[in-house]
Amino acid sequence: MDIQLQKIGYSYAKGTPFEKRALTDVDLEIISGSYQAIIGHTGSGKSTLLQHLNALLKPTEGTIQIGNLMIQAGKKVKNLKPIRQKIGIVFQFPEHQLFDETVLKDIMFGPLNYGVPADEAERRARLLVEQLGLPEEVLEKSPFDLSGGQMRRVAIAGVLAMEPSVLVLDEPTAGLDPRGRREIMDLFHKLHVEKGFTTILVTHSMEDAARYADSVAIMKDGRCVLSGQPIEVFGNEQRLIEFGLAAPRIVRFQREFEELLGYPLPILCLTEEQLVNEIARVAQVERESS
Amino acid sequence: MMEKMIFGRYIPGDSFIHKLDPRSKLIFVFLFIGIIFLANNIISYALLVVFTLITIFFSKIRLYFLINGLKPIIFLVIFTFLLHIFFTKEGDLLLKWQFIEVYEEGLKQGIFISVRFLVLVMITSILTLTTSPISITDGMETLLNPFKRFKLPVHELALMMSISLRFIPTLMDETDKILKAQMARGSDISSGPVRERIKAVVPLLIPLFVSAFKRAEDLAVAMEVRGYRGGEGRTRYRQLKWDWRDSTIILVLIIIAIILLWLRS
Amino acid sequence: MNEILSFHNVIYTYSPEETEIRKALEDISFSVSDGEWIAIVGHNGSGKSTMAKLMNGLLFPQSGEVRVFGETLNADNLWDIRSQMGMVFQNPDNQFVGATVQDDVAFALENNGVSFKDMVVRVHESLTQVKMEKHLNSEPHHLSGGQKQRVAIAAALALKPKILILDEATSMLDPQGREEVLTTVQRLRKETNLTVLSITHDLEEALLADRILVLNNGRKYTEGTPDEIFSRGEELVELGLDLPFALRMSKILGDNGIILKQDHMSERDLVNDIWISNFKK
Repeated sequence: MDIQLQKIGYSYAKGTPFEKRALTDVDLEIISGSYQAIIGHTGSGKSTLLQHLNALLKPTEGTIQIGNLMIQAGKKVKNLKPIRQKIGIVFQFPEHQLFDETVLKDIMFGPLNYGVPADEAERRARLLVEQLGLPEEVLEKSPFDLSGGQMRRVAIAGVLAMEPSVLVLDEPTAGLDPRGRREIMDLFHKLHVEKGFTTILVTHSMEDAARYADSVAIMKDGRCVLSGQPIEVFGNEQRLIEFGLAAPRIVRFQREFEELLGYPLPILCLTEEQLVNEIARVAQVERESS
Repeated sequence: MMEKMIFGRYIPGDSFIHKLDPRSKLIFVFLFIGIIFLANNIISYALLVVFTLITIFFSKIRLYFLINGLKPIIFLVIFTFLLHIFFTKEGDLLLKWQFIEVYEEGLKQGIFISVRFLVLVMITSILTLTTSPISITDGMETLLNPFKRFKLPVHELALMMSISLRFIPTLMDETDKILKAQMARGSDISSGPVRERIKAVVPLLIPLFVSAFKRAEDLAVAMEVRGYRGGEGRTRYRQLKWDWRDSTIILVLIIIAIILLWLRS
Repeated sequence: MNEILSFHNVIYTYSPEETEIRKALEDISFSVSDGEWIAIVGHNGSGKSTMAKLMNGLLFPQSGEVRVFGETLNADNLWDIRSQMGMVFQNPDNQFVGATVQDDVAFALENNGVSFKDMVVRVHESLTQVKMEKHLNSEPHHLSGGQKQRVAIAAALALKPKILILDEATSMLDPQGREEVLTTVQRLRKETNLTVLSITHDLEEALLADRILVLNNGRKYTEGTPDEIFSRGEELVELGLDLPFALRMSKILGDNGIILKQDHMSERDLVNDIWISNFKK
């Protein structure tokens, strides 16, 4: 399902003295099956933007095309349910949305709302618990008796149980320890590859964007100020600095190295392994030439 | 809808009214509520309206904005107005159309009551629009202080009030967030049969309570760590200052009351 | 160096009647000297936050003792000790007591009966220390997470404590907020002789400390300087922690046949070493 945002704008409390502009003229195209990162500081409008992706907010200007559905500013749209089912959102601190008596019931909540039969919903819940590396006995436990990391996984399972084809992730690793962070990010990457999800990662981590995304958009003050392939965006350090962002560590490291080397490496490396290989290659070349 | 409500909201500013001590504003509003009932003829009501307009002018709050904010209660005003028109049958008959009869006294009473109501709402709105909730709390606490002798837990009430006020925006955000998260999971509070809607409130309320309790717990720890042990032996950082402005407006109000008494017919 | 805080064989469990459940803290001993910055690191659930609660008497150990300023912490000296110990917690919203920034900073002063005149001075000093003096009247929901945490630091410092405890104070912040808070703490340390205990799982934060204490499943795993700790490499990753970027790079470089004199903590040192050992002729 392709998602296309055209010139969208959004203001909170429009038409009151408390009106606050959150988005201005945002153009963005998210191609089916891609891994899109949206980066920006807190308050840059990225969270507002993500709520447009399944019509939790409707733009006050512009149009959004989600698959076959067209959402236009100022026009009513009927029956958003099919869209919301197809686009799963994992909100920041998703464990805050847990409510049911047992983990099983909580995971089944989404599918049941979308009319999935109970036995099918249960089957999905059991499968997901296993896939997310949770012990089977949590199914009958209260979600509030789990550890923070487990609660987060249950909440994610609750979204995945709707079997969406687009997964929107809002800072999915916030507050986790390094191991938890790694595991969750790897999990989403695996799902992206295996299930062919379109993944949209809203983050302020340049590192995660560099590692996983195949398309990056930078938000600042409610505008999408830079977008493109990671190499283009992260290679444009001048602009990034203008926007108050730093290039990913790995890029900065490559630049420091290039400064000593005296000439730029032929490619911009976005993973540690890539850069090490490149350094090894150049070292080899230099040795041979001397 | 909620966003358009101005009742109970605060708009920062530095007008004459903004600068008043919350105590004088509170006393003013309470006295004003009493004084309104002294008016009973056209001149005295006109005086009240002019006085209210002057107050609005001094508060530097845009009239359009006030009127816009009054929309939710306009229905109430019209209702009481009509009630008086149709059920007061004194004075000359002004209009008769089928079974509807409008008498002079009814029209007069209808207008008076509506004006009284509007003036009252305007003045209290001005209080809340120009005084931050926390200042109102401070003012209340100080005004109620004498009642400590009668075992009224004034400090505790004021602290509860100020913490509640402090957490309203936080909890509003939280509600919005959870609501949206559940909507994304297909829960629907805004449509469907009433029974379904009530059921849909549960996934909103439980997380909200869980989070509110967690916050309360965290806050209690944070307060304890910073040495909070109840009101005993505490000093106050917020100091209220009563100056010439405050005395002036109370004085003006007393003069108005005297004029109204004199104008009474 | 004078000892300012210490744990002696501290044991703590949240469910004392169930002996088969793992204790939150098992036989913890360590000490902190005046003016030191200690980082306590460990994965979620390793017992870090329980330690913080034991330090200022929110909890008391079932066995062993906690000593602060040379005294064993008990119910009698609790309030006195708390007034000399500032604490900043994880959630920026849930520790903001006052209606505005200045009210929040004044809260601890009010509780301790400081006179109005002194309060005004202290509130301003404290806020200046964290560079938030321009936001006296801001309300919490208009501040960023980093700003709220800086206010929380100012509030913790209002009584001029000797110790500042940061209990995962940066874990809910964005990178910008984290940077703000850490720079603030670093500056405070330079300006005053503040002892800092930061409980964290952020390794960049731990790198700033003089000494690191690693917890694993409620037990002290090891302690030492950042260099000593991080030289353990993969061991830390197994404990659920991470390695600083430069160190991780050093390992991968070494595995790929790039010659290095040693592993590095800082990127600058590493890049220089790569250059000198492999390219400079």
